[in-house]
Amino acid sequence: MSSREQILANIKKNQPPLTPLPEITNTTTSSLPDDKVIKFTTVLQGIGGQVVPVDSWGAIATYVSKQFPPPARTINLVQELASNLPLAVLEKDPHQLESVTLALLKGHFAVAENGAVWITETRLGDRALPFICEHLALIVQADSIVPTMHDAYERIAAESAYEFGTFIAGPSKTADIEQSLVLGAHGAKTLTLFLLSGS
Amino acid sequence: MEATAEPKTKDHATLADTFNKDEARVDWHDKTLWFVRQKRDKAAWQLPDWEHLRETASQIKHNVLSNLHHYLTVFEKQAQQNGVTVHWAADAEEHNRIVHSIIQKTGITRVVKSKSMLTEECHLNDYLVAQGIDVIDTDLGERIVQLAGEPPSHIVLPCIHWKKEEIGQLFHKHLGTPEGNSDPQFLAAAARVHLRERFMTSPVAITGVNFAVAETGEIVVCTNEGNADLGVQLADVHIACMGIEKIIPQRKHLGVFLRLLARSATGQPITTYSSHFRKPRPGQHMHIVLVDNGRSERLGSEDFRSALKCIRCGACMNTCPVYRRSGGHSYHYAIAGPIGSILAPGLDMKKNADLPFASTLCGSCSNVCPVKIDIHDQLYKWRQVLAKNGYVSETKKTGMKGMAWVLSRPGLYRFSCAIGRWFSRHLPFTINNSLNPWYKQREMPQAPKESFGEWYRKNKKKS
Repeated sequence: MSSREQILANIKKNQPPLTPLPEITNTTTSSLPDDKVIKFTTVLQGIGGQVVPVDSWGAIATYVSKQFPPPARTINLVQELASNLPLAVLEKDPHQLESVTLALLKGHFAVAENGAVWITETRLGDRALPFICEHLALIVQADSIVPTMHDAYERIAAESAYEFGTFIAGPSKTADIEQSLVLGAHGAKTLTLFLLSGS
Repeated sequence: MEATAEPKTKDHATLADTFNKDEARVDWHDKTLWFVRQKRDKAAWQLPDWEHLRETASQIKHNVLSNLHHYLTVFEKQAQQNGVTVHWAADAEEHNRIVHSIIQKTGITRVVKSKSMLTEECHLNDYLVAQGIDVIDTDLGERIVQLAGEPPSHIVLPCIHWKKEEIGQLFHKHLGTPEGNSDPQFLAAAARVHLRERFMTSPVAITGVNFAVAETGEIVVCTNEGNADLGVQLADVHIACMGIEKIIPQRKHLGVFLRLLARSATGQPITTYSSHFRKPRPGQHMHIVLVDNGRSERLGSEDFRSALKCIRCGACMNTCPVYRRSGGHSYHYAIAGPIGSILAPGLDMKKNADLPFASTLCGSCSNVCPVKIDIHDQLYKWRQVLAKNGYVSETKKTGMKGMAWVLSRPGLYRFSCAIGRWFSRHLPFTINNSLNPWYKQREMPQAPKESFGEWYRKNKKKS
């Protein structure tokens, strides 16, 4: 008998009588759009992210050009910014992305309760990009913020299937040395979140 | 006759004694972990439906255990359709062999690994090193203990027992940082540079698994540092190792568990990265190793199966008055603290017979557990099982039997108490000495002149 058969036979023999799956009920959902933006902003700032409210794509380009002037290597993968910032063409080998100073990506939506942004492989260019770049900037539409993770998964279920997807909440960090918080562990050292309203 | 007749490795009490020699360090360790527990409380109290969430998570996990056969086969099929190779390992040894054979096929000798308690349980690192494979732990805390040649002392905070000055010294020796520099910011930056080089040159990445979704065949890995993602996304081969109990039925259930996990662990609203690996990227190979190692046996135990609900958040350790004061290494098992103490005897009753006794049964662990495992009840039940199987020391057994004999005879009990009180008042040295285990590290209180029973009878008459 293979290990697979042996394990499965053992499980079948030992598993207890079936208990029902509970319904997921969500009581923290807020319907006020302003609350979601305020909550998201406060939470993300609390975990080390920088929130920059903007009302146009142009404002994002201006901010980026000012904060990350050459010789910084900026990778822009956001179509809407193409008129101000050229769209990047990535190398085949992800290791080449080690020299990226700033990666500029567009998230699908964000979650108010924990400051997380959902992004999948279709918008990452290369799956390594948001982790290997020195600084990460994400763009999120203010009206795309959902209250909780339950709402997030409802939204994910409604969108097209992904191969790789990740919630990113703030810059990478560690508190492994005496519980002292250090931003910039192995991933991006900073996270700038452009919160786009209007347009 | 029994286990105690054989010389055994140091037990929890002895190892805790060693840790307790440095009182200042114990106080610091205690406070640091209590601080994490308080952060957990603050985060939990912000959610009005926190208790409801715990209950939902608990019920989902019960459903998983009652339908595990189905979920595992569905998961396997989905994962295979996603282009993932699925392996099954009956025990730790088979798991290690599978991982090694995957690495061997690539012809490389260097791998990076992110945090995985399962691989600690299986002693994967030792196995791979013996086969000539260089394994680098990439979580900062795990790298620190790895450089020091130690196992992690906590499942979420692996080097919580290390002081920054000691880490500075360790980095000076191994990474060449300036002597005497113990600034956490500086040391973390040095580790980033050191490990970045490893990420850039390792074609194989091993990760653990926080959740595996049966419905979609995807796995979710949560980190704050980004080490799991950086390793996987730069590697040609991704090996994910998981215990079979990590399965959850549907993707939407992640909403429940991701709300609970980081809040329970460190008080964060969510980890920085919660990555969902469904399909390998084009050209990459992805393997998932499903490990039993005693889990399917435990599933048959009415009393102890619910320990399989654990999501490895570490909340029970941070709150445990014994763990905080005895240190993770006193548990001599990959998973320390209350949850480790109910898991370990299931794997090796003889070796871990001391662990269910490393508790005051205060119940704080069960109260903070995000999936509502009855940890303190199981600690108590393990004690019965261990005693029945002869794994309790003669001293304890005789003491308990004597106690039961006295307690079941009220007249004798009252008489013994009176004698005890007399000795305590007139000849305190007969109680306050090293022969009395209760005297260890505490002053015995002075006994009152009369017992409560005597006082009550006297005062009752008056009224």
